[in-house]
Amino acid sequence: MSGIQTNIKAKAHVYGDHIDTDRIIPGKYTKTLDMSTLANHVLEDLDPNFNKIVKQGDILVAGINFGCGSSREQAPLALKQAGVSVVIAQDFARIFFRNAINIGLPVLELANHKIDKGAELDVDLKTGIVKDLTGGVTYTATKLPDIMINILNEGGLVNYLTKNGSYSL
Amino acid sequence: MGQTISEKIISNHAGKKVYAGELVISDVDGCMASDTTGPLTIKAFREMGGKKVFNPKKCALIIDHAAPSPNERIANLHKMMRDFAKEQGMRLFEIGEGICHQVMVENQYVKPGDIFIGADSHTPTYGALNAFACGVGSTDLAATMMTGKIWLKVPQTIKINCSGKLQDGVTAKDLILFLVGKVTVSGATYQTIEFTGEAFEGMTLASRMTIANMSSEMGAKTGIVHPKGLKLDYDFEAITPDDDANYIKSFDFDVSGLEPQVSAPESPDNVHNISNYEGTKINYAFIGTCCNGRLEDLDIAAEILKGKKIHADVRMVIAPASQSVLLDAISNGTMKTLIEAGASLITSGCGPCVGTHQGVPADGEVVISAANRNFRGRMGNPNSNIYLGAPSTVAASALEGHIVNPKKYLL
Ligand code: SF4
Repeated sequence: MSGIQTNIKAKAHVYGDHIDTDRIIPGKYTKTLDMSTLANHVLEDLDPNFNKIVKQGDILVAGINFGCGSSREQAPLALKQAGVSVVIAQDFARIFFRNAINIGLPVLELANHKIDKGAELDVDLKTGIVKDLTGGVTYTATKLPDIMINILNEGGLVNYLTKNGSYSL
Repeated sequence: MGQTISEKIISNHAGKKVYAGELVISDVDGCMASDTTGPLTIKAFREMGGKKVFNPKKCALIIDHAAPSPNERIANLHKMMRDFAKEQGMRLFEIGEGICHQVMVENQYVKPGDIFIGADSHTPTYGALNAFACGVGSTDLAATMMTGKIWLKVPQTIKINCSGKLQDGVTAKDLILFLVGKVTVSGATYQTIEFTGEAFEGMTLASRMTIANMSSEMGAKTGIVHPKGLKLDYDFEAITPDDDANYIKSFDFDVSGLEPQVSAPESPDNVHNISNYEGTKINYAFIGTCCNGRLEDLDIAAEILKGKKIHADVRMVIAPASQSVLLDAISNGTMKTLIEAGASLITSGCGPCVGTHQGVPADGEVVISAANRNFRGRMGNPNSNIYLGAPSTVAASALEGHIVNPKKYLL
């Protein structure tokens, strides 16, 4: 996968269900093309400490319906800019899911995970296998549609279209 | 095998018969971005090598989320959109022309049977028109503007059948709030909702837009109101589902006894009969948005407020969904009634809905709003609480200073 690290070993920041895009990045900060503004306010209404404790490469873990609400692509961009390397959730809201893949932020769906706050995870994006080294459990993520794998392999939709000119199945 | 409305519309565009679960690359009939998503769309369009949009007549940009610009940063983003529209020969809807979804429908950028892609999560609103419309993010939209296409997984369909007629004083908003409460905020993720049954058949286009709009609050890819009873100013061929179409789930509700509904903080599916919240003191009442800023919404508020003054401890903000709605509300006297009652009129557009400007609530304040979302921080202050209700509920509550059932003012 060009531009995307496929093997990630990092710490999990774990949050709950239905984290909406207003909580990922409030609407008042979205009108910008300056990515550092986004990163400075990421998750601020949910956990004001997040941007102080997150380290480059860390993993964000959530429950069901992650990213519901607005279509703002600033949500995955803010997470990516803040250093998040992959988002793992029980499931995702559909626009967030597409947006994340399109901007090259990997997302994995683990339907029944029980990952705890602070767990060390070992993620293989190629196989979708997630080892919870702290909890001692191994999970396999739901497979992405092929077109999404192709987009992610290129590092996002911009690279995919630059290379291919249009979509193909 | 029979097909749902979505399967039929997508089949018509993909050039072959398709069913839920299949991946298709489909032509689109129109696309748009707002000032929240447009600048990133333009940036992505350029980065992917875009030179010309696929068809300037089918692409639009709308300045509505922060209009007029509240600061220089946003002013510069608006300028970037104006420059791009000029360069591409496509229409840009200026500040005050209205909310993206309202102007797309009024200006016929979308019609029955179309596939429309919008860089805004409430794009499913056009399901009111018997169209298949979904929201995407900026990079997806840039790709659509460049290629005229979108990749889609044909969604499964949930059928929601509502029998019975709504009582007087109970509106489309009460019905859709009730349904969001039943289906929940993630109950329709990735799926289409087909709204069908007697309760929808007599609805105006405006009410149908309120219904389809809040499909987004159930996580749906889109929501389509059955075209039975749909009246438009032009002729159209209605797309109806086959009798043997396959639904992943069906709901049946008799809504003839439905009471006005309220969604309490801080999730749109936290819905209850209004009686549970009557008496809750409010500071701020808001009518507007792509959900409930149309003429019939302002008219019902005016009916309640005519000749009266809103409560001394309440302020009220009105944002008509478009300039055309505003002009109609001026001509029929509604706007005068609302302003005389003490409401404050702001520019047609999203206004305070998304917390950027034009009416952010203070700490500890309670808002009753005709919008579609009440997530924490939605209106710009995470320390305020937002209740959602019908425009009638908002107007009656503004009058009394607390949440109240509007029925007594409407019978
Ligand atoms: S009115 Fe509110 S919900 Fe509708 S498009 Fe504008 S910000 Fe979004």
